[in-house]
Amino acid sequence: MSIYQTGGNVVGVKKPAPRSIVVRQFGLIALLAVIFGTLFAIPAFANDAEAGSEFSNTVSGIVRADGEPIEGVKLSLEGMGYAAEVVTGPNGRWSIGVPQEGSYTLKLDQSTLPDGVTIAEGDATRTIVLNSSARAVSNFSLGDGVRETASVGDQLFTRILSGLNFGLLLGLAAIGLSLVFGTMGLSNFAHGEMVTVGAVGALIFSSLGLPVYIALPLGVLAGGVLGWSMDAGLFRPMRRRGLGIVQVMIVTIGLSLAIRYIIQFNIGGATQMLPPLSTARITIGPTSIGVNDLLSMGLSLVVLVIFAWWLMKTRTGKATRAISDNSSLAAASGIDVERVLRIVWVVAGMLAALSGILWAYFRPGLRWDMGTQILLFIFAAGILGGLGTAFGALIGAIIVGVLVETSAMVLPADLKYVGALGLMIIVLLFRPQGILGRRERIG
Amino acid sequence: MDWSTILTLTAQQFFSPVTMAFALGALGLALHFGFVGLLNFGIAGFMAIGAYGYAISSLTFGFPWWAALLVGVLGSALFAVLIGIPTLRLRGDYLAIVTIAAAEVVRLLFTSVAFIDVTGSADGLTDYQGSWRESNPFPPGTYGFGPWEYTANQFWTLTFGIVAVTLCSLLLWRLVKSPWGRVMKGIREDEDAVRALGKNVFAYKMQALIIGGVFAGLGGIVYVLPSATNPNVFVPSLTFFVWTALLLGGAATVFGPLLGAVIFWVLQAFVGSVLPALVQVGVLDFMTTIQVATLRFILVGIGLILIIVFRPQGILGNKKELTFVKQ
Repeated sequence: MSIYQTGGNVVGVKKPAPRSIVVRQFGLIALLAVIFGTLFAIPAFANDAEAGSEFSNTVSGIVRADGEPIEGVKLSLEGMGYAAEVVTGPNGRWSIGVPQEGSYTLKLDQSTLPDGVTIAEGDATRTIVLNSSARAVSNFSLGDGVRETASVGDQLFTRILSGLNFGLLLGLAAIGLSLVFGTMGLSNFAHGEMVTVGAVGALIFSSLGLPVYIALPLGVLAGGVLGWSMDAGLFRPMRRRGLGIVQVMIVTIGLSLAIRYIIQFNIGGATQMLPPLSTARITIGPTSIGVNDLLSMGLSLVVLVIFAWWLMKTRTGKATRAISDNSSLAAASGIDVERVLRIVWVVAGMLAALSGILWAYFRPGLRWDMGTQILLFIFAAGILGGLGTAFGALIGAIIVGVLVETSAMVLPADLKYVGALGLMIIVLLFRPQGILGRRERIG
Repeated sequence: MDWSTILTLTAQQFFSPVTMAFALGALGLALHFGFVGLLNFGIAGFMAIGAYGYAISSLTFGFPWWAALLVGVLGSALFAVLIGIPTLRLRGDYLAIVTIAAAEVVRLLFTSVAFIDVTGSADGLTDYQGSWRESNPFPPGTYGFGPWEYTANQFWTLTFGIVAVTLCSLLLWRLVKSPWGRVMKGIREDEDAVRALGKNVFAYKMQALIIGGVFAGLGGIVYVLPSATNPNVFVPSLTFFVWTALLLGGAATVFGPLLGAVIFWVLQAFVGSVLPALVQVGVLDFMTTIQVATLRFILVGIGLILIIVFRPQGILGNKKELTFVKQ
C-alpha cells in the first residue's frame, strides 16, 4: 500500500492550507541548504600512511609480518613522471594516490623493517600496473616464508564466517530499505548513499580529533539526521503534493547522484581509512577471526534484536506495521501516519549509517561511491526476503552475504558479485514475492 | 577567461558522437518508459552490449563493420529478451531493480579478468575501426567550419550518428502513431484494460523492450565508434544521465530525447569549462579544479530532482500525457 498514491488525502491527515510557493518549498530549500552547507565543511585528510590523496587512482596495501601488521615501513612509488613516499600506519596500511594510469615501480625500504623481519629476495621491488580499474592493491606478507595452504573445508568455514559478517551488516541496511518500501511503497535508490554517509560521518568526526567511541556513534547519528532531513525536505512535501510513486522513485535517483558527488567533492576520490580498532585475531577451530569482525557481528546482532523488539513490541513499531498493512486504515484508527513515517526515515537512516561504518571496516576503507556498490546487494537482499518484510530482508541479506563470500571460491574474485545479482534475477522468476513476502504485493 | 575556447568546446557538443549516443539511448528509453511505462534502469547494459558486440566481433572474429554493427544490435535485442522474460510480468519497480542489476552483471562480466583475451578487461578494447575507416566515402581532408571542424573519419562517424538518430526518431514517430503505438499507450495508462480487450500485454511489452533496446545498442556503438570501448563508461551513472536527458526533453515525446541529449551535453561542456576557468581566475578560489568537475554532477542530480518535481513532462511534453502512471 502506498502512501504516495493517496497523496495528501490520507484519511486523518489534515490537508495543508494553501500557502505561497516559497513557503511550500521551504522544506526542499532547507534540504538543499543542508546539502550545500556541507560542501564547505571540508576537513583535511592527510596522514603519513597516505600520499597523493587528491588523485582518484590509488595503489594501497598492508605490510604484515607473520600476520601482524607492521608500522613505520617506508614505501616509495615511482613512474609515469611521478614519485611519492609513504610510511605504513599503526595498522600496517598504506595508500598512494597517483595522477594517472600506467606502470609504476613500488619499492619497500628494507632498512625500515623491524629487526628480525626480512623480505624474500626480489620481493621488495614490484611493478604495479594500474589500468582503468583505478585501484591496485599490493600487500606484503613477510615472515619465515612458510606458506600454509588451507584445506577446502577450512576455506569454506572462513568464507562462511566472513559471509555472515557481511550478511549481518548488509541486513542492517536492507531492513531500513524494506521498512521504507513497506510503509511508503518506495524503492529508495538513495539508500546506498545513506550507507556511505554513516562511514563518511565517522571519518569526519574522527578527523576532528574525537575518539573512536564518540566518532562512530556520531556517524550513526549523521545517518539519522540525513534520514530526517530527506523526509522533511523532500518526501513529506512530495506526499503533500501527491506525486506519483514513480516520480518519487526518480527523485531518489537524483538525490543519490547529488549526495554521492557531494561526498566526492568533500573527501575526494581516494579510499580513506576509518581510525583503526583492534588488530588482534582469535583462533576459532581451523581458522582465525579478527576481533574487529567479532565486534562487528556482535554489534549487528544486538542492534537487530533491539530493532526487532522495537518493531514488535513498542507502540511506534506496531504503528509502523499497521501502516505497512494498510495505511488508510491505520490513519483512520488514529495513527499519526506522518509522524511514524518520519520515524521510519530516521531509523532507516541510522541503520544504514551503522551498516556503512561496519562495512568500511569490513572492506576495508571507505570511498565516495561505496554506496552505489552496496545498493544492489541491499535490493537483492530485500527482494530475496520479500520487499516490505523486515525480517525477510535480514534472511535475504545473510543469504546474499554468504553467497557473495563463498562464491569467490568457485568464481574468479572479480565475478563474486555476479552470483548474488544472478540469484536475485532467478528468485524473481520462481518466487517473485521473496521468501517471506506475500503474493499480492507484486502484480 | 578564455571565452573563445569555452564557447568552442560548448558548441562542439551540439554534434558530438556522445550526444548522438545519448540521443539514441534516450530514444530507446522514450519508447520503454515514455510510451509503454517500463522502468528500464539498465540502459547502460544495452549500450554496453551494443558497444562490445561491435568491438569484439570486429577484433576477435574480424567481421566487417556492417556485420559487427549487426552483432551489436542483435546482442542488445537478445539481452532485452533475456531480462524481459523474468521481469515483464512483475510490477514496475521490480523491472527497475532487475534491469539495473542485469546491467551491472554485464559490466562486471566485461570488466572481469577471466575474459581478458576477448574483452580487454578493465582496459577495454581499441583499434577496431579498420573496416569502418576503409569504408569511409569521404576523401581525406577537413570538413565543416568554426567550432565544427572534423577530419574525414570524424565526419564519417558523425554522419553515421546523425543518420542513426534520424532513422530511429522517424521509426519511433511512426510506431507511436500506429495502432501498435496506441496499444502501447494503453498499456502505460491501464494494463488491465488492455488485457481485457484481448491483447497479449506481455508480448507487446517484450516487443517494445526489444525495439528500444536496439536503439540503445546502436547508441552504444555510436558512443565507442570514434575511439575506444571501456567498461567504466557503462556504469549505472550513465543510465541515470540518459534518464536525466530524456526527462529534460520530455519522456513521452519523439523529439524530446534528442533535445534533452543536446541540452544535457551542451550544458555539461559549458559548465565543465566555465567553472574551472572561474577557479583559475580566482572567482571560485575556495574550490579545486577537481572539485568543480565533481560539482557538475552534483548539479545533474539536483537538476533531475527539480525537473521531476516541477516539470515532470519535460520541455516538450504535454501535461495531459503525463507518463507517470499510478502504479
